[in-house]
Amino acid sequence: MFKKLATGAAFALAMIPAASYAAGGGEQHITDYAFSFEGPFGTYDRNQLQRGLQIYTEVCAACHGLKLVPLRTLADEGGPQLPEDQVRAYAADNFSVYDPELDEDRPAKPVDHFPENNNAGAPDLSMMAKARAGFHGPYGLGINQLFKGMGGAEYIASLLAGYTGESKEEAGTTFYENTAFPGGWISMAPPLSDEQVEFADGHANDVEAMSQDVAAFLMWTAEPKMMARKQAGFVGVLFLTLLSVMLYLTNKRLWAPHKGKH
Amino acid sequence: MSGIPHDHYEPKTGAEKWLHSRLPIVGLIYDTIMIPTPKNLNWWWIWGIVLAFCLALQIVTGIVLVMHYTPHVDLAFASVEHIMRDVNGGHMLRYLHMNGASLFFVAVYIHIFRGLYYGSYKAPREVTWIVGMLIYLMMMGTAFMGYVLPWGQMSFWGATVITGLFGAIPFIGEAIQTWLLGGPAVDNATLNRFFSLHYLLPFVIAALVIVHIWAFHTTGNNNPTGVDVRKGSKEEAKKDTLPFWPYFVIKDFLGLAVVLVVFWAIVGFMPNYLGHPDNYIEANPLVTPAHIVPEWYFLPFYAILRAFTSEVWVVQFASFVTGGIVDAKFFGVIAMFGAILAMALAPWLDTSNVRSGRYRPMFKWWFALLVVDFFALMWLGAMPAEEPYASFSLIASAYWFGYFFVILPLLGVIEKPLAQPATIEEDFDAHYGKKSSADATPAE
Repeated sequence: MFKKLATGAAFALAMIPAASYAAGGGEQHITDYAFSFEGPFGTYDRNQLQRGLQIYTEVCAACHGLKLVPLRTLADEGGPQLPEDQVRAYAADNFSVYDPELDEDRPAKPVDHFPENNNAGAPDLSMMAKARAGFHGPYGLGINQLFKGMGGAEYIASLLAGYTGESKEEAGTTFYENTAFPGGWISMAPPLSDEQVEFADGHANDVEAMSQDVAAFLMWTAEPKMMARKQAGFVGVLFLTLLSVMLYLTNKRLWAPHKGKH
Repeated sequence: MSGIPHDHYEPKTGAEKWLHSRLPIVGLIYDTIMIPTPKNLNWWWIWGIVLAFCLALQIVTGIVLVMHYTPHVDLAFASVEHIMRDVNGGHMLRYLHMNGASLFFVAVYIHIFRGLYYGSYKAPREVTWIVGMLIYLMMMGTAFMGYVLPWGQMSFWGATVITGLFGAIPFIGEAIQTWLLGGPAVDNATLNRFFSLHYLLPFVIAALVIVHIWAFHTTGNNNPTGVDVRKGSKEEAKKDTLPFWPYFVIKDFLGLAVVLVVFWAIVGFMPNYLGHPDNYIEANPLVTPAHIVPEWYFLPFYAILRAFTSEVWVVQFASFVTGGIVDAKFFGVIAMFGAILAMALAPWLDTSNVRSGRYRPMFKWWFALLVVDFFALMWLGAMPAEEPYASFSLIASAYWFGYFFVILPLLGVIEKPLAQPATIEEDFDAHYGKKSSADATPAE
């Protein structure tokens, strides 16, 4: 509850001069999307994670890496949960990695991680959904995070859907106006356009829908054990509550002979 | 061990006598857990057990985390993610350790403020208080170095800012800073020594905890009335006290269990709430975060550190008197450590001969304001260093020092305390009703 504001700032600094953060720092607009994984009982939507994976692979992967995420975890429970043969095929078809033993590149296997990608100087996305907070207030107290969550996925979805269409050129770099980005101008060109990715099941593929799908997928890459964690949390709270009740009764009985009756 | 008369361990069997005459360890344990404890202790007294639990939790989870962590600038960040993703139960271990630090500080702050309200620091418990303050300082050092280990952005820049404080010391500061860091800047050498010390200090804390317990077992616990336990005879003492086991062990465990329900809910459902998102970005010496913010438990003192800028007249005066040796930065460092020293000096700054705030009508309000001040400083420490926060910080810092150096000494002189109960028994009976002594049989 004693939290700090302005965390998207490091992102801003990575791309734009600090001055423009301070100067142009208009209100960031972060939409409070209703993700399936919010709240104590929220779970990942497996279909959504699979769509997000597809969007990442076809669009984001061109510039962004996921170097901390092992490909094999795509088959894990509480994730996109692809069948193992599909993971093998996915790895081999989409990525190649350098193998020091062969001293050459070979198709990726499930034991490898998603490759790093430094081509465009774009940040790695493995942890992005935890490295940003969408909500900070009020007064920097972070109280709304109690109700809305940290807002990392909301930030990503809002950013992807937050382009106004305006752009400007500064010192040879083009910046695009974005309502979610701190400072309002981002150097990443709008990555998504309507119907850019075709889903096998014909799911909606407008920018708004795809932004949320890929944000959900990145929440999973950042917090792959979320569902196991919440389950442990639930069981722990239950048992500790039970323990508290038993200790309460024990304590009451223990002290009763020493307390008068009121 | 305790000054309160009570039954001691008597070895009965031959084996017990054999051991007792060679190593009286059973007697030591018996006397420690059977210590007569004022029976009117309220719920504010459970936090000692919570603190002991925290220390154990941090050491146990920490030892396992070390088995999977790599203290190297190129590998540390990824090794923490390895723990989160690949190690069995690693994500729970790591989140328990991370939030365990927060629980530790919640508990220590409540424990400290309880002592400040009920006058637990006053004679004859000054040594308990001082040792407690040393533990608190060690905790801060340990927590600070632990926060550097994941090697995120806030780890790196927090370490840079805080070690920079030592650089503010005139003449020798820069040399000290270089010595602490093991080089000109926060780098691999820094990470390695912080890792080493982060592992060492908890054991120093554990030793100090034993001294802390030893000290207050010698004087006996304070209690909400501040009135001493009657020590004339065993019978008299028994009217004021009950043995620690089972009465207070069960009561404290109940308190601990309730606290753990909340703690576990935070770990399970919102483990990153108290953390900073920037620390999920790997450390990068070339990119400075827009706001470098310490963890929440350092914020009140961080606010005091920043409050004394070169525009404050006290700072200008200090600078003038010392011929510029004490600049704003050094003044801030002195103020920050001074704020903690002020707490440590409370036993000698408080002139009132009444221990408990319960019977001090004026003190109560000033104390309440100190609590508000603490939270205000915590909030201000997280705000950017600009107006109006800078002025608020200065006012809040001034009150912190004013409370210890002006209000505490003055109140003892001008305040008219209320009547205190004659005995602890009287207070207990007033609260729970008198019990005829005939049916007061032990509940075992």
